[in-house]
Amino acid sequence: MSSSTELSEGAQELQPKSRTAGLEYLREAGSVLRIPHLPEDVDEVRTDDDTMIVNMGPQHPSTHGVLRVMMELQGETVLRSKPVIGYLHTGMEKTGEDLTYLQGPTNVTRMDYVAPLFNELVFSLATEKLLDVEIPPRATWIRMLMCELNRMSSQFLWMATNGMDLGAVSMMIYGFREREGILDFFEKVTGLRMNHNYIRPGGVAVDLPDGWRDDVLRLLDIFPERLDEYDTLLTGQPIWQERTQGVGILTTEECLALGITGPLLRSTGLPWDLRKDDPYLYYDQVDFDVIVGSYGDSFDRYAIRLNEIRESMKIVRQILDKMPSGDYRVQDKKVTPPPRHRIDESMEALIHHFKIFTEGFRVPEGEVYVAVESPRGELGCYMVSDGSAKPYRFHIRGPSFVNLQALPHMLRGGMVADAVASISSIDPIMGEVDR
Amino acid sequence: MDEPDGLPPEDEPALIHGAISSLSRGQLVVHSARDDYLDLVGSLYDDGYRVCMDLTGVDYLMHMERQLPPGVRAERFEVVVNLLSTEARRRIRVRAQVPGADLTIPSIFHLHPTTEAMERETYDMFGIVFTGHPDLSRILMPDDWEGHPLRKDFGVGRIPVQFKGAPPAR
Repeated sequence: MSSSTELSEGAQELQPKSRTAGLEYLREAGSVLRIPHLPEDVDEVRTDDDTMIVNMGPQHPSTHGVLRVMMELQGETVLRSKPVIGYLHTGMEKTGEDLTYLQGPTNVTRMDYVAPLFNELVFSLATEKLLDVEIPPRATWIRMLMCELNRMSSQFLWMATNGMDLGAVSMMIYGFREREGILDFFEKVTGLRMNHNYIRPGGVAVDLPDGWRDDVLRLLDIFPERLDEYDTLLTGQPIWQERTQGVGILTTEECLALGITGPLLRSTGLPWDLRKDDPYLYYDQVDFDVIVGSYGDSFDRYAIRLNEIRESMKIVRQILDKMPSGDYRVQDKKVTPPPRHRIDESMEALIHHFKIFTEGFRVPEGEVYVAVESPRGELGCYMVSDGSAKPYRFHIRGPSFVNLQALPHMLRGGMVADAVASISSIDPIMGEVDR
Repeated sequence: MDEPDGLPPEDEPALIHGAISSLSRGQLVVHSARDDYLDLVGSLYDDGYRVCMDLTGVDYLMHMERQLPPGVRAERFEVVVNLLSTEARRRIRVRAQVPGADLTIPSIFHLHPTTEAMERETYDMFGIVFTGHPDLSRILMPDDWEGHPLRKDFGVGRIPVQFKGAPPAR
């Protein structure tokens, strides 16, 4: 083995076209051209050595974490590209097999670290479906409130990083400012800005604190005018439109064949949103619109995410009206630890508390798949229980992992500068891609 | 979406395209032997299940006596495919049995291009070989990694962290 072979990435590496094997070529073309109604012929003309393989990342400010994109360039034009992932792989699915169901959310919350509550939610929903327990209404409404706020903070962060990627650096400051307001509220409720471990099997960790309603209303008062500022700053701005319109176009058929969900799918005009199409929690009791685009380009995705913040605000206002009083977690002694004050009085409560936090609770044997609409698309959890207190196997279907497969197709034939816009418009969170 | 109309209760297995089906917590599951897997996914594709939402594997080494409807032969590995029909708003789950002695199963890449990365991940984590996959290689683990981490006989913390170019431990 020569030293150059040892330094290579092996099968993960993108080779120059002249040295690319047929199968590898098929993989690339296949992701697009196997769609029945599209033409079969691939541009198989192998060019000479005037192309160049360029690595973008893994450490590049616009690749949103440790994503590496290998691109074959002819001048400024991207001929082919290949995302190389795995740099952030920490074996969370393996780790989760050694944690009880109550400890599970601490693990999964670190996957999509921009929208951690959604990971906790999907893990908890899967566990509850296996347990077959009914969650009290207040707990469900609290979950919805927190998730919609989290969706807003995630979209704000995307607005920030997307602006930064395309040179609108002031947008980065604004986006982070708005997100920080939401994270302050999260800190007040859960104790942490990120990785909350707030939504747990059986309900939520603690009830909402005093004055939470005023805090939320204050946020809802600030955001509309801030969003109008974004419109002034970006939406109508010619430079912004030039950079994003017509960049990274996808069609509905391509999205469905590639399993792409979320704003990418909606930007092509298909109003597929699990909150409407497969309602979970109480989303069938609130009124909101699913935002769709018409061109399937980066600008549509920007506009969709911007307006999804407005829709989320609409949902949050309805949640404020509908929030009932009652329990914030299920009063099932099997799942829920006893109240703190009971531990000082009752030996049984102390034992019960100790058992739940050391051994955990047993979950009946079975397997389920639960999906929720995260800010990036369908976030799924496939969970297998063998009847013990730890999941036998759980698998998270990360929307970023799947959506990233669209990248070679979006970049093909575009410019290098547009590659940044395309990567950004996918909104990949590498913690979720690599898990 | 979980409970389509006209399905028998949980204790009566029905046939869907010749494969035994069951309900798991109200979710429709089709059990498939490895040889029928490709045809089954193809028939479901024609039925409108055009989107493959998820494909993953499970290693049942420590849980071989799991609940399966009668007539399904349990093997060590399972490939689990979650399919979605956006028109009918229905989901269906295919559980294909893969014997541990011969870890191969046909790839469904030609029907669902999205499984390109998912099958690579399943190969990476379980060592299940998807025949017909255009570029089956490791996707999350380093290329020179030995073993398949999500198998149940792959011990946690058993192997030191390996990275290319790092000097040997001693």
